[in-house]
This record gives sequence, structure tokens and C-alpha cells, in this order.
Amino acid sequence: MMRRSFVLLFSLAGALSAQVTFDRLVNAAKEPQNWLTYSGNMMSQRYSPLDQITPQNVKNLELKWVFQARSLEKFEATPLVVDGIMYTVQAPNDVVALDPVTGRVFWTYAYAPSPLSRPCCGRVNRGVAVVGDTLFMGTIDAHLLAIDAKNGKPLWNATVAKPEAGYAITHAPLVIKDKVIVGVAGGEFGIRGFIAAYDVKTGKEVWRFNTIPGPGEPGHETWAGDSWKTGGASVWMTGSYDAALNLTYWGIGNAGPDYNGDLRLGDNLYSSAVVALDADTGKIKWHYQFSPHDEFDYDAVQVPVLADINWQGSLRKVMLWANRNGFFYVLDRATGKFLLGKPFVEVNWASGFDEAGRPMRVAGKLPTPEGTVIFPGNQGGTNWYSPSFSPRTGLFYIPSWVNYSSVYIKANAEYEEGKRFVGTSPRSLIGGLQGAKINTRKEDEGYGAVRAIDPMTGDRKWEFKMNDVTDAGILTTGSDLLFSGGREGYFYALNARNGELLWKANVGGAVASGPMSYAVNGKQYFAISAGNSLFVYGLRE
Amino acid sequence: MRLFPLALLAALPAALFAQHTYTPADIQEGGRLFRANCVLCHGPDGDQVQGIDLGHGRFRQTYSENALIKIIQNGIPGTGMPSNNLQDFQAEIVLAYLRSIATSGRTVSGNGDAARGKTIFEGTGNCASCHRVNGVGSRVGPDLSDIAALRRNVEIERSLLEPNEEVLPQNRTYKVVTKQGETISGRLLNVDTFTVQILDAKERLLSFQRPDLRESGFVNESPMPSYRGKLSTQELADVVAYLLSLKGI
Repeated sequence: MMRRSFVLLFSLAGALSAQVTFDRLVNAAKEPQNWLTYSGNMMSQRYSPLDQITPQNVKNLELKWVFQARSLEKFEATPLVVDGIMYTVQAPNDVVALDPVTGRVFWTYAYAPSPLSRPCCGRVNRGVAVVGDTLFMGTIDAHLLAIDAKNGKPLWNATVAKPEAGYAITHAPLVIKDKVIVGVAGGEFGIRGFIAAYDVKTGKEVWRFNTIPGPGEPGHETWAGDSWKTGGASVWMTGSYDAALNLTYWGIGNAGPDYNGDLRLGDNLYSSAVVALDADTGKIKWHYQFSPHDEFDYDAVQVPVLADINWQGSLRKVMLWANRNGFFYVLDRATGKFLLGKPFVEVNWASGFDEAGRPMRVAGKLPTPEGTVIFPGNQGGTNWYSPSFSPRTGLFYIPSWVNYSSVYIKANAEYEEGKRFVGTSPRSLIGGLQGAKINTRKEDEGYGAVRAIDPMTGDRKWEFKMNDVTDAGILTTGSDLLFSGGREGYFYALNARNGELLWKANVGGAVASGPMSYAVNGKQYFAISAGNSLFVYGLRE
Repeated sequence: MRLFPLALLAALPAALFAQHTYTPADIQEGGRLFRANCVLCHGPDGDQVQGIDLGHGRFRQTYSENALIKIIQNGIPGTGMPSNNLQDFQAEIVLAYLRSIATSGRTVSGNGDAARGKTIFEGTGNCASCHRVNGVGSRVGPDLSDIAALRRNVEIERSLLEPNEEVLPQNRTYKVVTKQGETISGRLLNVDTFTVQILDAKERLLSFQRPDLRESGFVNESPMPSYRGKLSTQELADVVAYLLSLKGI
């Protein structure tokens, strides 16, 4: 009874609300029927307090509707649900407003990106942001658009960067107060990355943070010669926000050329690092670099997951981070202090950390002309796939690639605008996402898993093994359910406390997105993008 | 300081390329690209165009490795060599595959007679009890109707003599034991976290749910018997010649 009334109460409150104020974004946990930001809340926990669907009744989930995108691109978007309306993106850049109960379309805003756009890894988009009655979308030709949420008409169109030089925007923007914040992708094209804030009403740029410091800025000395001009340090996952600290956190991508660090000697700040920026000015407060002088394309592209946990006896504001480089981290998010770092998959490039939290490199484990086997491989121990933190279980859940390596080969690279600037490509037994390929993988070739980690210790509590690897994010709920998927095309529910499989559905296409949950008229639903379609499940009636 | 490594590296890429380590998966993917794009003209051994033997680096003129990559991508204007839509690394692994042809040597069994080979295949060799050619024979083993487009003579010969040396991933055998104690093995068609699909020895398409299985897994040994000592050198050459005549529909 308690659970039912919880859902009903908040769905009523949502229906009465008209505009999405910034306060509502900050306090999204108070209206769990809605999903107002890419990761569900500003803490980016991808945790839904909804609890109508439980470990006991989850077996009664059934397919409610399917939205088939008119697009053969990967469907990586997480939808928003705002007061009974769902918004998602049909790749590359069409915004669609749907009835979240029936899946019927209210309107579609079709955007034609410039033919000069050249995103490295698919013409994809991961979703929109909302404030007031306005939606915001970054595009693969590096524009930022404001769209009327009622009728799908464009309100402004800001040029963020040049697509012909390899710049693109693929992540969902983040709204903070009266600004909408985006970063630029293009780390494989020798871009110089940045994060910029735009006025939500006018589209005018308010501040810009260069992810590679220019001459005279602290950190510029970490780039030899002119390498800072083409050093990458892209941004392609949505940041997080701590309202009390007024800090916004963003993961920064790899340095370029990816696999040849000789051309950019130094630590290469702020590539493969997390930065904490003042949300009003864009000024940097602190940074922590996960992979100094990264030559493995490890990036730091995960959403920064913020949590308030009891750390060694006292409540502490921390950041939880499972990095593509194979380590799980706990950082103090007020100061950036390194609190813990521990491998969550096999790692052979570093043996541990010094007192300041800098990884200690293993001699000889670096790209060479002959090739060097490095764990984890180029896709990482995890990647951009959203992890989840459940405040109920206290566990951090990671989509993991286990026992996975690549042969890293170093070669020369010469910068030419708009051309790939990487220094050869690593080889692996497991390729990039290639759609619905028949799977005959052996376990010793690597496998995918959901791994549950105790943030206090970095120890693994349980693991759910998949036969194939995974590009799927993870959602946890207020009833201790965990939802995820994988390349095999299953969408499934586990018990978040012990990893027990409770329910599964064959969605027929690889899941390369994060699940979300919402409620309308007192009924809870789960949504997952897979293959080229969006699937919504609810309880059988 | 910074000019030195740049200048050094700029002079080296061709030499570096020759030293690269390629995984077996790279070589296999290079072979797949080669068969998909090149064999129609160059043949499975890369020696079908007069004066050119790709596997042994024989061309109408001398090319650097980098020049070969460009030729694979851009073709040679004014000749029969067209451009191919391949990335740098794809062209590289095609070359790596061609180099593997050279190191794997030539067939040892000499010239064979395809007609005699067909008789052995269907008769004393008992090959058709597992393999199918143009709609005749068993479906339990790999269908060989287009084997000449997929495999080279030296690979075919090796499969006949040392069948366990290389089993392509799609030809691996998988065994399941059901909760009722029934053991079934066959060609693995697909496997995932929750299910298994195989073609069993009775040519049935079977799909299993993992909770219904007591055990499941790959069988390391190939079900293919070795023909070493069972076929004479001439008979072996005849069977290879027959298989090399099977180019698909």
C-alpha cells in the first residue's frame, strides 16, 4: 500500500506542474514519476526511487509499446519524461515527443546535420535536456539547438564549433540555472576540446572552459611544443552538478593522437581527467587525472556519479568513478582528493597508486611499433555506458568488460584538419559495436558482466556474467531492482542486492543505451533503447 | 627536443609496418576482407593475375608497404585494379593476411585431378557423410559448395591432414547435456547468456534454454578425422583439386 500511494501521489503532483524550473531539476528525487535529466538526477546516479515494480512482481512485466526509429544508427538516447510527455532523439538529430503510455507521437522535429559532420564512432545522440518549456539538443555538426517542448519548433540554433574540423556533440546537454552546458567530441580528429555554457533564452555563449589549457594558463606546460593545439581532450558524456558546492563535473576524453604520446610529451591535462568547474563562471576548482599521458584511448568519459556516503566514519560528499582504464575510484568531490583506487577488471598497465593518487606505471606496458598487449583493451574495462549507484544498497554497479585486452601499436600521425589523428589502431578479438552479429564467443576471449562494487572498499560483491560483452547502462530502483542489457539483445532485471536474475526479454537488437523508469497515472514503466527501437515495459493488467 | 622523435618517426612508418604484431583475429579478418574484395580477380592464393603473386610479394613493379596500402584503397587507374572502400587498418590486415599466405607455404600434394577427387569425396573418402556440396550430402559439417572462394589449397590440405590445427569460429562443435541426461552435440549456430542454438548430428535445428541444461560448452576436438595415411599423396591432391573447383553458385 505504501508503495502504491507513493507513486500515485507524485504522479498527481507532476501532472499539475507546468514548467520545469531549475529547482525541479535539482530536486528531481522528489518527483520520481519524471525523468528530467540524462541520468535521472543531477547526481547522475541513474537511480529511480519508484518502487511499484518489485522483485516479487517483476515477472509480470510485459511489452507495452515499441517506437521504431526511422534510422539505422545506434539508438543510444535515454528519453526524458516530463509531466506525462516523453522526449527522445531519433539518430542522428531528430527530436521526438511521445505519449509515454501509448508510444504515439505528438511531434517530430527533424534536423538535417551538415554533410561536413564526421563523428568518429557513429552518427549518434544520447538525449536532450529540458528547462522551462524548452528542450536542448547538441548535434553531430556541433550546433546546440533550443526547441519548443510543446510544438517542436526551433527557438535558437547556436554554432558551437566547426564540424569540418571533426567537432561534434553527441551527449545530452546539462542545464544549470539559466545556462545550458555542452562539450565537444572529436578526440580522434586533433580538435582542441572545450566545455561551454550558453544562455538558455538567447543561445549566447556565457563562458567557455578549454579542456587543454592555452599559453599562460595552469597546465599548459603539460603539453610539449604546439601539441596543445591539436591535443583532443574531447567531451562526449553528460556532466553532473552539486548545487551546494555550485560545482559541475565533467569527464574529459583522450589526448590525441590517441596511441602515440611521443607527439605530445607531458601529462596532457585535462585529457583523461575529471574537472570540477564553477557553474557560474566555468573556472576550474580542481581536477583529477585518471590516466596521465594516456596512450590507450582510455578517456574519462563516464558520467560523474555523485553520492553522499559514510566514508570511514563520517558523511562525505564523494564521486564514484569506474574508468575505462580498469580502475574504480572514490574522490572527494569538494576538493578532488583521491580516496580510493582499485581495479574492477584485469589491469596490467599500472600496479597501483602513489599517495597523491597518481597511477604507478608498469615498465614496458605502452604502445610499441611491434605491438603490446594491454589490459583492459581499447574499449576499456567499461566505457560510456552509465553505471548506477543505489543509495538503498550502497553499491555501485558497473557494466564491465572482463578479461579483455588489445594489442596497442604505435605509429606516426600527422595532423590535417578534419582527418583522423590517432597513430594506428589497436587490435582486439572483440570488435566495436557491429549490430546483431551471431555470437560464438568463448569466455577466454573476454565477456561482459554487471559487477557490483562496495564503494567503501572497492571489493566486488557480486557479478552477473553475460556470454557477450555489453554496451548497456544500468538502472537501479527504490525496490532494489537492477535493469541492464547487452550486445545479445536482452533487457533484463536482477536483484540489486545479490545479482539474481529475475526477469528477461529478448528485444532483438544490441542494447547500447541506459534504461530509465517513469510513472504516468500511477503506473510505473521501464524504457530501453535497443537496436533501432525504443521499448517500454509495464506490469500486465 | 620535440623535433627529434617527430623527424625520426616520420621516416619510419613503412619500416614499422613490417614489424607489427597482428592477432590471429586480425589475420582472419584480413582474409575475410581479401575474399570479399580481391579473390574474384586475384584468386584465393593471390596468384591468378598473370605476373602477380600477392602472397609472395611479386608485382609488376616494386612497391613499398605504404604504396601497397594506397593501391588497395585507391586502385591503379587505367588497369583492372579498382579502388576499394577500406580503411587504413583494413588495408593493413589484408596485407598481413597475404603475408601469412607466404609463410604458410604451398600445398605438398602436387597436381590433382578434380574428377577423380569427386569420386573419392563421394566414395571411399566418405566426405559426404558430413559435408554437403551443391545440395548433396550431410549438413552436419561445413557446406563446401563454395569452399574454393573461402579457403586456399594449402588450408584445405591442412584441414584434411590436421583437422584440429584450425577450426574456424563458425565451425566449432558445441555439446549440451540436458537435465534429463541426454547428450547432444553439433555445430554451434549461436550462443548467448540464456540460450544455445545448434545443428545436431541428425540435422535438427535445436534451441535450448540454459536452465534446462546440466552442462554446455565447446568441444575442443574437431569431429573431422585426419586423412593422413588414409589417402595417398595423389588421392589427397585429387580431393584438393576437386574442392578447389567448388566456387559456389
